[in-house]
Amino acid sequence: MQAESGAWSPYLVGTLIGLLSMATFYFSNKPLSVSTAYARLAGLVGNLFSRGHTENLKFYQETKPKIEWGVMLVFGMLLGAFIAAITGGEITAAWVPELWEQRFGPDVALRLGIAFVGGAIMAYGARLAGGCTSGHGISGALQLSVSSWIALACFFAAGVATAHLLYRL
Amino acid sequence: MATSTIPLPANPLPDNAPPVLVIPAQAHEQHDTHDPGKPDSARQLVFGLLFGVVFGFLLQKSGVAQYEVLMGQLFLTDFTVIKVMLTAITVGMLGIFSLRALGLVELHVKPTRYAANIAGGLLFGVGLALLGYCPGTGVAALGQGNYDAIAGILGLMAGSYFYAETSGYLGSTIQKIGNRGGIMLPDLLGMRLAVFLAVFVPLLVLGLFVMAQLAP
Repeated sequence: MQAESGAWSPYLVGTLIGLLSMATFYFSNKPLSVSTAYARLAGLVGNLFSRGHTENLKFYQETKPKIEWGVMLVFGMLLGAFIAAITGGEITAAWVPELWEQRFGPDVALRLGIAFVGGAIMAYGARLAGGCTSGHGISGALQLSVSSWIALACFFAAGVATAHLLYRL
Repeated sequence: MATSTIPLPANPLPDNAPPVLVIPAQAHEQHDTHDPGKPDSARQLVFGLLFGVVFGFLLQKSGVAQYEVLMGQLFLTDFTVIKVMLTAITVGMLGIFSLRALGLVELHVKPTRYAANIAGGLLFGVGLALLGYCPGTGVAALGQGNYDAIAGILGLMAGSYFYAETSGYLGSTIQKIGNRGGIMLPDLLGMRLAVFLAVFVPLLVLGLFVMAQLAP
């Protein structure tokens, strides 16, 4: 289960992400953070169905559904990962991860269903905690934010426990 | 000046902050484009996109966008994810606090709300293990052709909207429990920032060396 041999050193990548953090603070006055972009995009979809209802929600009064820096960051990430994978010959083009298939079989619907539920629980938790692995785990932790170190510890504690329940029972 | 750059007035810098931290942030003000009331400028949208390209490229290259690598971290058999994160935290910490001491950047410390941070963090971990990608590596996973990440991304949007539906209730209940504002680790320990960093950064580096020995 080690990263593939073509992978860059985690210390090199970590160093470059640390430098990237400095750049986003300096040039954009923003920490690297990802999960809020999904909330903004969800709000834009909500606006299509019921603009009045979406705008009345407390969260969307504070976090406007719009295409801003963070949403562009996520679009860029999609592009950047694609460039890295295609130039490195690592495009997977798979609906079910190998490890998942070994444990739960090749049923695509099962994998997509659990992925959707997992994503929904994760987003709810991220909003309640105030950030995700990027916003709390990297950007908040490097600023010594107490909330971020608590959240990071909880991400891993619950993640380790759940992964063992899924695969080791 | 450095004191007023912390967004939450409830969290002033400690009185005994080292003098280097009160250099006026003139250099930063000249290029500061942050204004929460206005839409981001076209220039900032391009910056966001470019920073995203770099971030996504790096996540893919490190392998952390692979389901097997993230799950390996949660099984405690593959420490790639923690190695990347701890290195980024250490380098970024040195960098951001140095830039701040020069008055070039301001901090964005997230508010501490003990109950919400813990409950949300635990929920996040459960979802993380079910999906096998985090919000950032999920989009990178899609970029490298893991199509199951599409369902994860739709789930992330649905969960975010459901959170918004409940945000009024949460704001008047769980988010009020243990609400401490934007506190930082040195505040918690009653230490000066510079002293805390002088202890904490070497500890992080030591942790990385120990991990490199135990889990190469």
